[in-house]
Amino acid sequence: MYRKCGERGAKIMVVFDKPKALCDVPLHYCPGCTHGIVHRLVAEAIDEFDIEGKTIGIAPVGCSVMAYDYFNCDMIEAAHGRAPAVATGVKRADPSKIVFTYQGDGDLASIGMAETVHAAARNENITIIFINNAIYGMTGGQMAPTSLPGQVTQTSPYGRDVKLCGFPVKVCEMLSELDGAEYIERVAVNNIKNINAAKKAIKRAFQNQIEGKGFSLVEVISSCPTNWGLTPANALKWIDEKMIPYYPLGVYKDRSAKGERIV
Amino acid sequence: MADKVLMKGNEAIAEAAIIAGCRHYFGYPITPQTEVAAYMAKKMPKIGGTFLQAESEIAAINMVYGVSSAGKRVMTSSSSPGISLKGEGLSYLAGADLPAFVVNVQRGGPGLGGIQPSQSDYFQSTRGGGHGDYRMIVYAPASVQEMASLTVKAFESADKYRMTAMILADGTMGQMMEPVDLASLKVNPAPEKLWATTGTGKKREHNIINSLYLKPEELEKVNFERYERYQTVEADEVMYEEYLMNDAEICVAAFGIAARVSKNAINEARARGIKVGMIRPITLWPFPKNVFKKAAEKAHTFISVELSMGQMIEDVKLSTECKANYLLCNRVGGMIPLPEQVLKCIENAAKGELK
Amino acid sequence: MAKLTFKTDLCKGCGLCVNVCPKKVLALSAEKINKKGHHPVEAVNPDDCIGCAFCATMCPDCIIKVER
Repeated sequence: MYRKCGERGAKIMVVFDKPKALCDVPLHYCPGCTHGIVHRLVAEAIDEFDIEGKTIGIAPVGCSVMAYDYFNCDMIEAAHGRAPAVATGVKRADPSKIVFTYQGDGDLASIGMAETVHAAARNENITIIFINNAIYGMTGGQMAPTSLPGQVTQTSPYGRDVKLCGFPVKVCEMLSELDGAEYIERVAVNNIKNINAAKKAIKRAFQNQIEGKGFSLVEVISSCPTNWGLTPANALKWIDEKMIPYYPLGVYKDRSAKGERIV
Repeated sequence: MADKVLMKGNEAIAEAAIIAGCRHYFGYPITPQTEVAAYMAKKMPKIGGTFLQAESEIAAINMVYGVSSAGKRVMTSSSSPGISLKGEGLSYLAGADLPAFVVNVQRGGPGLGGIQPSQSDYFQSTRGGGHGDYRMIVYAPASVQEMASLTVKAFESADKYRMTAMILADGTMGQMMEPVDLASLKVNPAPEKLWATTGTGKKREHNIINSLYLKPEELEKVNFERYERYQTVEADEVMYEEYLMNDAEICVAAFGIAARVSKNAINEARARGIKVGMIRPITLWPFPKNVFKKAAEKAHTFISVELSMGQMIEDVKLSTECKANYLLCNRVGGMIPLPEQVLKCIENAAKGELK
Repeated sequence: MAKLTFKTDLCKGCGLCVNVCPKKVLALSAEKINKKGHHPVEAVNPDDCIGCAFCATMCPDCIIKVER
């Protein structure tokens, strides 16, 4: 508990500041883009576990391609979709290190689907932070594997027609069916309550790795005000109204909670 | 006296890699290089190493990218179609200046092609394979012993120049059994890799492994710097074998299995009084340009013996500034030229028949 | 009472902090324009701040420090 100023023995306490694992540089993301929030949550987890010195992050191709400039730990920029394979290499090279990937929906669920699924199937002891904002942001708003049915994008200008381009990929539901995956949770960052839950999930995904439990993935429902054509505030509402009903939040797999262990 | 063991070429590569300090292997099954993976699958778990059968060639080369980023010696092996899949990773390795060792035991192409020996990935390996301006050091062994010794050499030069070094073998080299002296392999330890992403330990600025440069002037600068490094490679790393070249008026150019076949033909031609010799490039890049240029002072005709539709012959012509006569003696699709075919070609050249 | 500090030049004026503040402490400046060309956030009712840090939790650019 913090005491109020003026109370006996009270002193000024910092209740919130930028985590140390986040570099002191401006983020290039659009105004109101929630990538920054997730970056901060990851950095806070790194700070709170005090693992900055032994953590290696893998950046994807997409909006967060320059994440290598934002995290204070060692960083690797991977080819599009290949971050889980690169992370596998780094982790196998030195299992005592903490390895995470930070990937968007195009990177993880389209071009890199094979790498994602097989890293999970192998129960690779890595942490994956998966940003699902239902669109390709960096290239200017094309249809993503997670774009909602009917969603208008640059490459689905009449709305995503599921007869022509199929249905969105529900990554958590799919991966949770794999025996290999240790921990799969879907969270959102559109309000304080959800952000706090997201923080818990991200910390858990790192803790699992520290404890050697294996493949942990947190899908973060995130916003893209620019390419959704919404104000930052309305984009957060859109998450509540459209995204979360299609992508329900929650823990999809938690082998430890079930008492399942890998022999 | 050194102990020799009888090994397949593919196994010699695998064992030599372990001797060179490689403890991480990633691959995907494809004929005719499978013995490399099989050997690693048996050996690596027993020496605390990693053997991982990846979900694809693409994943395998990116796992290589990861281990290399972490500063350790690492390899993958494949055959032609698989190397095409690795093209993306090879380009990224080059762009991020990461050392790696890649083996291509070639088979006939294009497409799915066949599973018999070929040398038709010469362009792919010496000209790139992936996108962008980059080079790989390409070694072409012509014996099982060289499969081993060039593997060690490849790890060392990859580390030294922070680039990919490739063994470009073919199905024959991979499957052939010969006695190998492994005890004679001398390995230089890997240099200190201060650039590696091994964790900052909170003692240094964070390292970044990256190939993205959005500012054109920066990207130009790193490209120029990389090519300065490549110039050093061209100056210092050229390897070749000259055979009976002192008085040669006809010069055979051949590497790998084609060079072994050619040697028999040359011996026969010499017996028939024809002044013929051979230059066998051991590094295909850097190509022994100057050796060929010098040979052109005496030789009037160059015969390129290849298991391709004529790929190395372009480098022979470039090196000799197109001043001589040139003949292509080739078989493709998994076929191998017989010594008689090469001999016929040499005899034609001696008679001035250029076909 | 709590104290808010802003890295004003990093503010992109998205307004998410403004919306989330339970005490209506914050507003985007109507007149000021920062280096990036945005109307940055400022504390218009600083005395009402209870230091809940909702604003900082919501800020995508980590520009708010909260003390109390």
